[in-house]
Amino acid sequence: MAQATALNSPRSTTSWKVWLGVVPFFLFAILFLLLPSFRLLTASFSTPDGSFTLDNIRQLFTEPLIVNSYKMSIQISAVTALGGGFFGFLLAYSVTVGGLPKPLRTVLITFSGVASNFAGVPLAFAFVATLGRQGFITAILKNVFNMDVYDAGFNLYSFVGLSLVYMYFQFPLMVLIMAPALDGLKKEWREAAENLGANTTQYWLRIAMPVLLPSILGSMILLFGNAFGAYATAYALTGGRIGLVTIQIGAQIRGDVLYNPGLGYAMAVGMVVIMAVSLTGYSLLQAKTERWLK
Amino acid sequence: MSFLARLRKFPFWAWFWFLLGALYFILPLYATVAFSLSWDPADPFKAYERSFGDSRFWRSFLLSNGLALATIFASIILVVPTAYWIRLKLPQARRIVEFLTLMPFVVPAIILVFGMIRIYSTPFTIPFTDIVLMRPLTNFSLGTNILIVAGYMVLSMPYMYRSVDTGLRTVDIRTLTEAAQSLGASWFTIVTRIILPNIRTAMLSGALLTFAIVVGEVVLASFLGVPAFGPYLFLLGQHRAYEPAALSFVSFLLTWVAMGLIQLVSGGHGQVAGSH
Repeated sequence: MAQATALNSPRSTTSWKVWLGVVPFFLFAILFLLLPSFRLLTASFSTPDGSFTLDNIRQLFTEPLIVNSYKMSIQISAVTALGGGFFGFLLAYSVTVGGLPKPLRTVLITFSGVASNFAGVPLAFAFVATLGRQGFITAILKNVFNMDVYDAGFNLYSFVGLSLVYMYFQFPLMVLIMAPALDGLKKEWREAAENLGANTTQYWLRIAMPVLLPSILGSMILLFGNAFGAYATAYALTGGRIGLVTIQIGAQIRGDVLYNPGLGYAMAVGMVVIMAVSLTGYSLLQAKTERWLK
Repeated sequence: MSFLARLRKFPFWAWFWFLLGALYFILPLYATVAFSLSWDPADPFKAYERSFGDSRFWRSFLLSNGLALATIFASIILVVPTAYWIRLKLPQARRIVEFLTLMPFVVPAIILVFGMIRIYSTPFTIPFTDIVLMRPLTNFSLGTNILIVAGYMVLSMPYMYRSVDTGLRTVDIRTLTEAAQSLGASWFTIVTRIILPNIRTAMLSGALLTFAIVVGEVVLASFLGVPAFGPYLFLLGQHRAYEPAALSFVSFLLTWVAMGLIQLVSGGHGQVAGSH
């Protein structure tokens, strides 16, 4: 009986021995997650000879190369989060409440699961085959529509091109998050609105959107972080010629391209801060949505 | 219903967005396949024959599969007892552990490998002395293999932990544990013979997702200097045209198989990951 009580109310009599059960996990987390992160944090506040400095952090905001790479990363993440979020929402809408046949929903969700995981080097190569100079679509546009997109200023290896590539894993992620949220819209709300004389526009603007908005915004923030941390896709596509934060950090690891190791650490820390802010925003907004969509 | 009424009911915009999405999904894949088959009109599968005929492909591909298996095995050993213990005895540790398992979303692979290299490229010494306990892990191949598996465990932790924890929620672990204990089972027996078989579906989807992350992973592998499939494919793309397209399509198929199996075993609750 005494044992059963101990099992049922662990809070009352937790001895230190119970904590031994999670020691391996914490040890692992400390060794391979916390220690590496904190090492970067402390290194960003120290000079090469080990004394404390705020210079590296200050230079994050003054060094043009670094400011520009942050600007570019933020721009590409924002553009693909907005575009991917918008498109992904419409797709999720079309298979949930949009009235498409049910099997299409399964197809879309499965494909989204695959596409949101299909990234990095193979994704970059797939887009080279599609929109590269000799790409499939490039050739169709040139031969059938007599339109040379590269003459018109398009370049796959640029900001616009990379955005199109990122979209391939961005909008499927939105579909995966939004489809369950759209399912949460209760039929009764629509019926109640219609009984009270609301039309479709009014229903969407006054009822569905206010409920969905935190979820949409939260998901877009998540997409932002998703693109912001991406490295392999951009590196494989441009060979490191595009100045994203991740690419700069990669170059800094390979060899001290900034001529100041501390600055590399500071860039990494700045990146983690941005990622942390966006993930916090996501979870706050997600919690807000869960009040309605259970 | 008259034709016009049916026409008005037809969800035109839903179809429009769906087809646009389908095109976005399919066109790059179609282009990749078409390109990979266009090397030699007389032998359309030449790129595939060449790719699969290259021993470096098999070496890197087998290495990546080995790393994936090691990661899955080690993750299960680490995560299952932890998640089980927290549900059974230590609910107060839940928040901190969940927070730690989500940290990889905040610390992307490139940052993780940066920190790992900084920590583990110096020898382990006894603190405040110069007595070396161990060579730097980055200096020998067993060391880098340990590092990369640990890194992959970190990257897949959010998915693995969530899968296992969701699996444990559907099982009455308390009753099972009490029953096993009253029959005299040890903790080891309880975890391996009672808990593991009860959450195999959840573990399988966690494992498949880990597989999908690890097999094509390129950031950790290239910075730690591990000759895995990701870096191999990247280098191949630097000086070849057709083989990389063929292998890209193959790795898409692999992701597809892993995700399809997850859908199959979990009944449609797919998850999301990625090594972008």
